[in-house]
Amino acid sequence: MSTKNASSAAGRFGEFGGRYVPETLIPALDQLADAHRRLKRDADFQKRFKGLLKDYVGRPSPLSFAARLSGKFKRRIWLKREDLNHTGAHKINNALGQALMTSYLGKKRIIAETGAGQHGVATATACALLGLECRIYMGKEDMRRQLPNVYRMRLLGAEVVGVESGTKTLKDAVNEALRDWVTNVKTTHYILGSALGPHPFPTMVRDFQSVIGREAKVQIKRAEGRLPDALIACVGGGSNAIGLFHPFIKDTAVAMVGVEAGGNGTALGEHAARFDGGSVGVFQGTRSFVLQNRDGQVEGTHSVSAGLDYPSVGPEHAWLYATKRARYLRCSDDQALEGFHLLAEYEGIIPAMETAHAFGVLPQILKKVPKDGIVIVNVSGRGDKDVAEAARLEGVEL
Amino acid sequence: MSVHKDSDNRLVQCFDRLREQGRKAFVAYITAGDPDLGVTEQLIPALDKAGVDVIELGVPYSDPMADGPAIQMACERALASGTSVPGVLASVAAIRKHSQVPILLFTYVSPIEAYGVERFARDAARAGIDGLLLLDLPPEEDHGVFERLRAGGLATVCLIAPNTEDARRSMLAQESRGFVYYVCRFGVTGERSDLPKDLKRQIAAIKRGSSVPVCIGFGISSPEQAALAAKHGDGVVVGSHLVRMIERDAGKKSLVANVAKRAKQLAAAVHAV
Repeated sequence: MSTKNASSAAGRFGEFGGRYVPETLIPALDQLADAHRRLKRDADFQKRFKGLLKDYVGRPSPLSFAARLSGKFKRRIWLKREDLNHTGAHKINNALGQALMTSYLGKKRIIAETGAGQHGVATATACALLGLECRIYMGKEDMRRQLPNVYRMRLLGAEVVGVESGTKTLKDAVNEALRDWVTNVKTTHYILGSALGPHPFPTMVRDFQSVIGREAKVQIKRAEGRLPDALIACVGGGSNAIGLFHPFIKDTAVAMVGVEAGGNGTALGEHAARFDGGSVGVFQGTRSFVLQNRDGQVEGTHSVSAGLDYPSVGPEHAWLYATKRARYLRCSDDQALEGFHLLAEYEGIIPAMETAHAFGVLPQILKKVPKDGIVIVNVSGRGDKDVAEAARLEGVEL
Repeated sequence: MSVHKDSDNRLVQCFDRLREQGRKAFVAYITAGDPDLGVTEQLIPALDKAGVDVIELGVPYSDPMADGPAIQMACERALASGTSVPGVLASVAAIRKHSQVPILLFTYVSPIEAYGVERFARDAARAGIDGLLLLDLPPEEDHGVFERLRAGGLATVCLIAPNTEDARRSMLAQESRGFVYYVCRFGVTGERSDLPKDLKRQIAAIKRGSSVPVCIGFGISSPEQAALAAKHGDGVVVGSHLVRMIERDAGKKSLVANVAKRAKQLAAAVHAV
C-alpha cells in the first residue's frame, strides 16, 4: 500500500477506520464531517483558532535540545514541549479546536470522556473560555486515581459524572458519552479526546493536533538544517503521536516509533499493547487493533498511566502499523517509572506518566538510530498530576 | 444471488401471515444467557405460547453503547454466565425442537466478526435463527456482510432513527428483510412512559418509500403504550421492561411464568389493535 492511500476522505485508512455507530448518530457525524471540511478552509475560523493557540495556549511550543540526555546516549535528542501548553498537555489543541467548532455548529452543550483527566481538564477549560455548558464522563476507578484533576474540572465549571458500568475506566466513559450523545444529539457536541472513534473524529482530531508536527518540522530544520532520523511518542488513543507523525508521513527517511503501555505482563488484561496483543476488530465506532478475547468481547486493560489504559488505538496508527510506516514498541510499568526519573534527573522536566513511556524504552529505540543521529521525542504532557501516584508506587510517604 | 428465497424465512413468513390476518406483531426482546442459557431455553418457548410473534434475542457484548442500563446489566449477567455466540446457536438449535417462533439476533459487530461472518451465516441458519440486527453496522460500512448473511438465508434488519434523512430512510428500508426497526426516540434502549409526538408522521414517511413492515421500539413498556404504537406501525418491540423483570426474578422458579404472563398481556394489547 502506498502512502497515497492514506486518504481519509471516506474516513478510511486502508481497511481501518469507518463509522460503526447506531443510526441516530449518522446525521450528527455527517454534520460534523461537513463542518470539518468547511472550517478547514474557513479563513475566519482558522484565524480565530490560530489566535487562541498563540495567545491562550502559548504556541508554538518550544523544541528544546536535551543536552545531557544527548551526551548520555550519543544521539542528538530534541524534546517537543507540549508539557508547556496551557493546562499542561497536548490535549488543549484538540479541545479548543472542537469547542470553537461547536460555536460554529450553533450548539451550546459539550460532553467529553476522560481517562487521566487531561482531556477533561482541557475540555472544561475550552468550555469556560467560550462559554459552553460542559459535562465530563469519567470512570469511577479513574476518578479515584486522578482526584486532583476531578477537582480541577469542577473548578473550571464542568459537571463531572462518575461512570460505574463495565471496567469503570476510559472505555466505559466513552460508552457513557456516546449514550448521552445519542440522546441529546440535537443540542450537544461530543468532544472526543483522541484520534479515535467514528469518522470524522480520527481525521479531525489529527488535524487539530498536527500543529505539533508542523511546528516541529520548522523548528528542527532551523536548528539542525535537516529532518530528524526518528520521531518518538507514546500512544494511548494516539493523538499526540499522530499529531507529531502526520506532517512527516511522506518523509519516508524519518522513522516513526510509537510506544504503547506494556503494563505488568503479557496476558490479556495486564497491559494496553494493542499491536502486540490485540487483533483487528470494531470497537467504539472504528475498525482498528483491539484487545479482545476470541469471542470479540473487549477485555480490561492495565497501565500505570490512566491515559494509555485503553483497549483500542486510533485507526490511522493501525494503518501506519499495517503498512510498516511506523513501528510500535511496548514499555512496561517499571520501565515507564524509569523513564519518569530519567527525564526529571537529566533534563529537569517531570513528564506525565504517559509521556514517561516514550523515555522508558528510549535506550532501546536509539540503538536503531545512527550515532549522532537526530531524534524528536514528544513530551506530550507534564507530570504534576502523577507525582503522588509515582510516590505511592515507589513506597514513598508524602 | 441469494441461494435462499426470502419466502423460506420464518420471519418473512410471519409478517406475511400477520398482514393477511390484518394483525400487528408483538416482538419481545430478551438477552441470551440472562441469567443463563438454561433459562433462555425455557423462556423462548414460553414466550411463543404466550402469543409473542417474534423473539429478538440479544447476544451479549462487553460494550453495548446503544443500550441503556437495563440491557447493559443483562449483558454483564449473560457474559458472567459464560454466554458466547456458539452457546447461543446451540441453545436456539435446542429450542427449535419445541418452538418455531421466528428468532432475530440483536447484537453488535464485534461478536459476529470474531465468530466469522461467513461461518456465522451458515451456522446461524442451520441452528434455526432467522435474522440479524447489528446495532453498530450502518449499511455503508458492511462491505458485503449483509449480502453474505442473506445468502445464508438470514433476514437483515436495519434501524431507522427519528433524525434519519429521507434518502437514507429508503436505503435502510431497502436493505431490510422481514421488517425494519424504527427507533422511535433519541437515546438508548430503556423504559419511558410516553410516546413521541411525531410517530405517525415518521412511520408514514417510511411507508411511502417501502413495503417492508415497520416495527416500533425503544422505550415501550406498558400494554397501553404498546397498543398506541401498534396503531401506527406493523409491530411493537418491548425489551428493557421484560429484561428488568428477568433481573428481578433471576434465580426464582417463577421467572419464566412471570415474564410469560407479562408478555401475554402485551401481546394481547398489540393483537387487539
